[in-house]
Amino acid sequence: MTRASRGQRAFWYAVFLIIVGVALSVPLYNRVQPTLAGIPFFYWFQFGWILVTALATALAYRSKL
Amino acid sequence: MGMAITVFIALFALVTVLGFVAARWRAGDLNHIHEWGLAGRRFGTVVTWFLLGGDLYTAYTFIAVPALVFGVGALGFFALPYTLMVYPFVFVVFPRLWSVAHRHGYVTAGDFVRARHDSPTLALMITLTGILATMPYIALQLVGIEVVIGALGLTGPGWMGELPLIIAFAILAAYTYTSGLRAPALIAVVKDVLIYLVVIAAIVIIPARLGGYGKVFEAVPHDKLLLKPGQAGAYATLALGSALALFLYPHSVTGLLSADGRRTIKRNMALLPAYSLVLALIAALGYMALASGVHHDPAFAAGFRQYGANFAVPALFQRWFPPWFFGVAMAAIAIGALVPAAIMSIAAANLFTRNIYREYLRPGCTHIEEARMAKLSSLVVKVGALAFVLFLPQKYAINFQLLGGVWIIQTLPAIVIGLYTRWLHRGALMAGWTAGMLVGTWMAATQGFKAIFPLHLGDATFPGYAAVYALAVNLLVCVLVTWLAGALGWSRGNDPTRPADYLGTGE
Repeated sequence: MTRASRGQRAFWYAVFLIIVGVALSVPLYNRVQPTLAGIPFFYWFQFGWILVTALATALAYRSKL
Repeated sequence: MGMAITVFIALFALVTVLGFVAARWRAGDLNHIHEWGLAGRRFGTVVTWFLLGGDLYTAYTFIAVPALVFGVGALGFFALPYTLMVYPFVFVVFPRLWSVAHRHGYVTAGDFVRARHDSPTLALMITLTGILATMPYIALQLVGIEVVIGALGLTGPGWMGELPLIIAFAILAAYTYTSGLRAPALIAVVKDVLIYLVVIAAIVIIPARLGGYGKVFEAVPHDKLLLKPGQAGAYATLALGSALALFLYPHSVTGLLSADGRRTIKRNMALLPAYSLVLALIAALGYMALASGVHHDPAFAAGFRQYGANFAVPALFQRWFPPWFFGVAMAAIAIGALVPAAIMSIAAANLFTRNIYREYLRPGCTHIEEARMAKLSSLVVKVGALAFVLFLPQKYAINFQLLGGVWIIQTLPAIVIGLYTRWLHRGALMAGWTAGMLVGTWMAATQGFKAIFPLHLGDATFPGYAAVYALAVNLLVCVLVTWLAGALGWSRGNDPTRPADYLGTGE
């Protein structure tokens, strides 16, 4: 198995840092508007962010990181 | 209630049979600790997914997260950023631990620390922290079972009321003893099928009865819907601290090391977020309980009086599910307690056997003695947890579990930083651990064992998770003492591991 190149690794580490950084920036998503089907932003955004994390981790895995 | 109890007992009997049959599943020689306690490091992607899911998302999670949301609102949702941050972190860091453990035959984090930093004393500190943090965690699983048994109405006068709990735990102890890690791995499959079934039913049926999700959120009191101005820091640090701590717990390490390769671990970090999505939905059950008004229903008054907010989910299910499915739901939670309790007791037993018994009490013991000691100590750990719940107020288990989180994160410098570099001196790691343990315990104690500590810097106050503050103190001491050790020329000892050992070979 060939390991991911240095550039690829740097890319995915940056993606992970952004994911964690956004999750920690609580004031960014601590709001009601815009709502989605009556659900406040605070809730549906965090739910969606889990999906983004899952997708990023899956793609990082496929790139042999 | 008769129907619910019948279904509950039938499912419980099923997993009991599975627990004993598991000994023959992918059979290995259970007289070796790596067979009994790590199932021979042969679990592939699917089994590891069930095992880690069953291990990390415990029955207490299913009871306590919605209970917190039910009680305090938005703050209870910190479980979402918490479990989300775990995956990238573990993806990057922990395959290194798997590889070095595989290469050198390490069974515990203590084994790794002992070798890497050439210090049995530091390994002892890591081991004691692990055991100390795990015991109240097992006790909390029992609290989860207690709530379920109470909700089913299986109560009696005096000690008779505790009998179902004692029976459940005796059965658990018996099959863990005979089958080792294979038992919870097999049972975890049943647990997850039941949990997913219950959660999907709950998120479809209950909001439909309440008039949709919009109506559920409308029913939430305004002051609970969002974080209050001062709570953002607490929310972020609770999530960060919990994420950093999760995979330092012995039961998580055991789950990881039983995988059959580092790619299996990475693949699982992409697959495990499925549980986080379920957790988000489970957290929302707290709001559904509010919207259903279960706390105003006289039928549930006794339950809320005895179990507090922890009764919200059982009350919600009883309100909306037919009796037989209420039995399935309660069985799912109870079985969800057995899986982590088994893995935790195995992990604590591995630690005791490898890093205390073999290190200090009986160096040079045979592998048969070692495996026997691990099995026996798994029994002792369970009896201890049971005594904890039966003889001490429930509040103690919750307080100690909170302290456990503050304590276990103090092992991060020795384990996580140790996976990358030996720059931190072993003496510095011991000093940092000591400082972190003392500061963290003091912070929690001054707040009446609440997780959030109001840090005063000048005129400003920063409320945040005590574990994160204590870890910062730990790291600071680690760096300072490392400089001191360098200046004084303290010996660093020998490291048997090589850089390539952490990267793994072609898979």
